Amino acid sequence: MSKILENCRYSKDHEWVRVEADKAYVGITDHAQHELGEIVFVELPPIGERYQKGEEISTVESVKAASAILNPIDGVVDQANEDLDGSPELLNEDCYANHLFVLKSFSVEEYEALLDAKEYEAYLATL
Amino acid sequence: MIYPYIPHTDEDRKRMLASIGADSLEELFSHIGEDLLLSDSVPISHGKTEDEVQRLINSIAQRNVKGIPFLGCGCYDHIIPSTVKALSSLPSFVTAYTPYQAELSQGLLQAMYEFQSMICEITGLDVANASLYDGANAASEAAALMIGAKRKASVVLVSRTLHPFTLQVLQTWAEGTDNSLRYLEEKDGVLDASMLESLLDEQCGGLIVQTPNRYGLLEDYTGFADLLHEKGMLFTICSDPLSLAIQKSPQEWGADIAVGDTQSLGLEMAFGGPSCGYMAVKQELLRRLPGRLVGASVDKQGRRGFTLTFQAREQHIKRERATSNVCSNQALAALMTSIHLSSLGWDGMVEAARQSYVKAHYLAYHLAQLPGMTLVWDKPFWCEFPLVFSDAKHMRKFLQELRNEGIWAGVRLAQLTRQAKDELVLLVAVTEKRSREELELYLAAARRVMK
Repeated sequence: MSKILENCRYSKDHEWVRVEADKAYVGITDHAQHELGEIVFVELPPIGERYQKGEEISTVESVKAASAILNPIDGVVDQANEDLDGSPELLNEDCYANHLFVLKSFSVEEYEALLDAKEYEAYLATL
Repeated sequence: MIYPYIPHTDEDRKRMLASIGADSLEELFSHIGEDLLLSDSVPISHGKTEDEVQRLINSIAQRNVKGIPFLGCGCYDHIIPSTVKALSSLPSFVTAYTPYQAELSQGLLQAMYEFQSMICEITGLDVANASLYDGANAASEAAALMIGAKRKASVVLVSRTLHPFTLQVLQTWAEGTDNSLRYLEEKDGVLDASMLESLLDEQCGGLIVQTPNRYGLLEDYTGFADLLHEKGMLFTICSDPLSLAIQKSPQEWGADIAVGDTQSLGLEMAFGGPSCGYMAVKQELLRRLPGRLVGASVDKQGRRGFTLTFQAREQHIKRERATSNVCSNQALAALMTSIHLSSLGWDGMVEAARQSYVKAHYLAYHLAQLPGMTLVWDKPFWCEFPLVFSDAKHMRKFLQELRNEGIWAGVRLAQLTRQAKDELVLLVAVTEKRSREELELYLAAARRVMK
């Protein structure tokens, strides 16, 4: 059973988004890290760039595959989690405590259109 | 002793065609354009024996003319120690196709690892791949890397002084990938550095330059790396790797990517190929490096071993998002380069590069004294220099007379570029292999013609 947190919203590409004040934290879900397996490298986006929803923003590489992370909501990259540079396995250990990047000036509409915990759980059940 | 060259009977052929559903051999080739098919049959009459055909072909081969080559333009006649042929022709290397269960072929992987290590040492950069097809291919991979590394980049800035073939391959790459090239023009035989800053904009992913350049001249890249890096762009330098034994390395110029062709390190001229490209990058670009990459590791019992590594970059894992479509390398040619370098050692490489330099400068100095030809730009060079004639008639006569003496005097640049401005430029290459006698023979003939 994948871990799903109530205080996040989710994309169908298995990313979570959590809003704190005016920033949106983005990471990959428990389902995603489990499917990827042992994560060996994370490529993070450049700070200050605006990315649209659906645009490739980052890459997560595991021993099995290299997966593109598609930006879940329009926004400007405010911070990238550099802890992942040397320790990509943090995503396997706790994917909710370790975000990939933080967006500012993000689209609230697109955030609200994401799945809530219940909807994401239902979505996972269909896979 | 009469044998048919092909053991299949007409009956065999019919059966083979029938099993794949073709009526005739012509039908088998029907998808190939008519203009590409041989219209006349091979001019060897039917019914000749193998021995007779061999004699015929030998008699044609004997019409080849041998000469002392002062030819270069990217392909040079350097001394190759006999170890190169002796070792690289071992059947275990020659007949091996790409190892699909790569780690079973530890010998081959080790050879590739050594190649990578030597390319790193020569270029000064952190990581090199196990080779690419040739120098021009390596330059196009550098272009792709620079575009991929910068978000929304679609333009690569290239120097007009790149080798003409490298520029052509880059043009083909740009066309096929919907990117474009922007040119840094040349001035007095080298790139015009004063124009660099004005050509850089948001779309630009980086710059590709070459030293020694298409004329054999050495270029000055002072300040380039800082300027490019400040704007978030990458810097690629193409070089003849042998020249790096005595000139500033790409790393010393601050380059992020070094590419080139290893023909000058252990590969015969062989009518221009096959050759072998090298590519080295800084550590932070490792995951964007195309091609195969061999790493050193330890096995279960703690013994040193070699493995293909970082394959997530490659197309069999990353599919259409792979850093490159290159999924092969020039293993045998890279092996020859590795053996060549191992035989020479660093001192031997410096010696070959120095001797090439000294001999080329001796010849250039004395040719420059003659009327009707000049070293027009007076720029530093290494083993090749541009001799510019005062008129086409003199140039033709010069080439013909030296050829009569058994000397291939140089390459006409216009043959490669088909540009009028290059009509009177002859590129003369002198390697460590040219003896004093050969240089004097060249000079004596030149003095007779150009008096």
